Amino acid sequence: MNRQAIIEGVVQDQLKTDVPRMDVGDTINVHCRIVEGDKERVQVFQGTLIGRKGGGINESITVRRLVDGSGVERVFPLNSPRVAKYEVVRRADSRRAKLYFLRDRVGKSTRLRDRRRGMKHLAK
Amino acid sequence: MLLLGEKIGMTRFFNEEGVNMPVTIVKVGPCVVTQVKSAETDGYAAVQVAFGETKPRRSTRPMIGHDAKAGAAPMRFHREFRVTDEELGEFEVGQTLTAEVFAKFAFVDVSGVSKGKGFQGVMKRHNFAGFEASHGVERKHRSGGSIGGGSANLGTGPKLKKGKRMSGHMGAERVTCRSVGVVKVMPEENLMLVKGPVPGPNGQMLELRTPSRLYKSKARKQREALKG
Repeated sequence: MNRQAIIEGVVQDQLKTDVPRMDVGDTINVHCRIVEGDKERVQVFQGTLIGRKGGGINESITVRRLVDGSGVERVFPLNSPRVAKYEVVRRADSRRAKLYFLRDRVGKSTRLRDRRRGMKHLAK
Repeated sequence: MLLLGEKIGMTRFFNEEGVNMPVTIVKVGPCVVTQVKSAETDGYAAVQVAFGETKPRRSTRPMIGHDAKAGAAPMRFHREFRVTDEELGEFEVGQTLTAEVFAKFAFVDVSGVSKGKGFQGVMKRHNFAGFEASHGVERKHRSGGSIGGGSANLGTGPKLKKGKRMSGHMGAERVTCRSVGVVKVMPEENLMLVKGPVPGPNGQMLELRTPSRLYKSKARKQREALKG
């Protein structure tokens, strides 16, 4: 067995199988598990998916939202057990893989085009 | 105790608490005990283990015979480790050692030959600070500076003291990473995950030992691991 196959075998059971289809531009809810002492609660972080990076076990997503007028970006390892669930709230259309230009925009110009034009190539 | 293995590569691992940690996958064993040395026959007590089958034409006739005595195919690597006279009874020629050996250990020592870096300057090789990029520095930005006069290093004589840190060949030498955390042991697959990096490129032969000496907090963790 070659080395790459061994690595993939080791991480296989760590990969999440219940991740919905999320495209860059979509507004998503990330349900984070937060452990405080011995208690655990779930906090939801809602924002725009502005980039996906890496592949397999190393894949991570960047989610951006506005909190009190200032931008907050969080990077989640896609397969982290600390994320309970991902939810797609709204689909949007994007011609770019990374929406970093949103960082320079405020107000109405941060809106993304609704995914109507691209409905055909949506899987579901 | 020593086992031989192969570096497979690095990836990430989420543990039970969900903590994301970098791990190196190491193929450990199975190692065959090819010789048991005792004080009577060899003057000291030690165990020789072998790892990795090879083609007979890549081995030598004496070594093929040596491996055959243990009932093994020609092996590529042979290493030995010292044991006490009492421990010697636990080993016999032909016995197979697997990663299970490390199942109860929280830490291991990992040795291997590091990646060769070629001829390197003092900044990369010895972490010298170099000179400033500006403020009048000319043509000496990555230089090591003065190496001192002869008398400063050896008392008298025209030569510098041996071992003076200068530029030169770096890497491709034996490196031991001590007290490397054991994340997961999978004896069925002959695999083991250790925390962080280990020396050498992927495919490198590694020596994994039971930890030689642990610092306080790590020693405590080790005791707990042995108990539980």
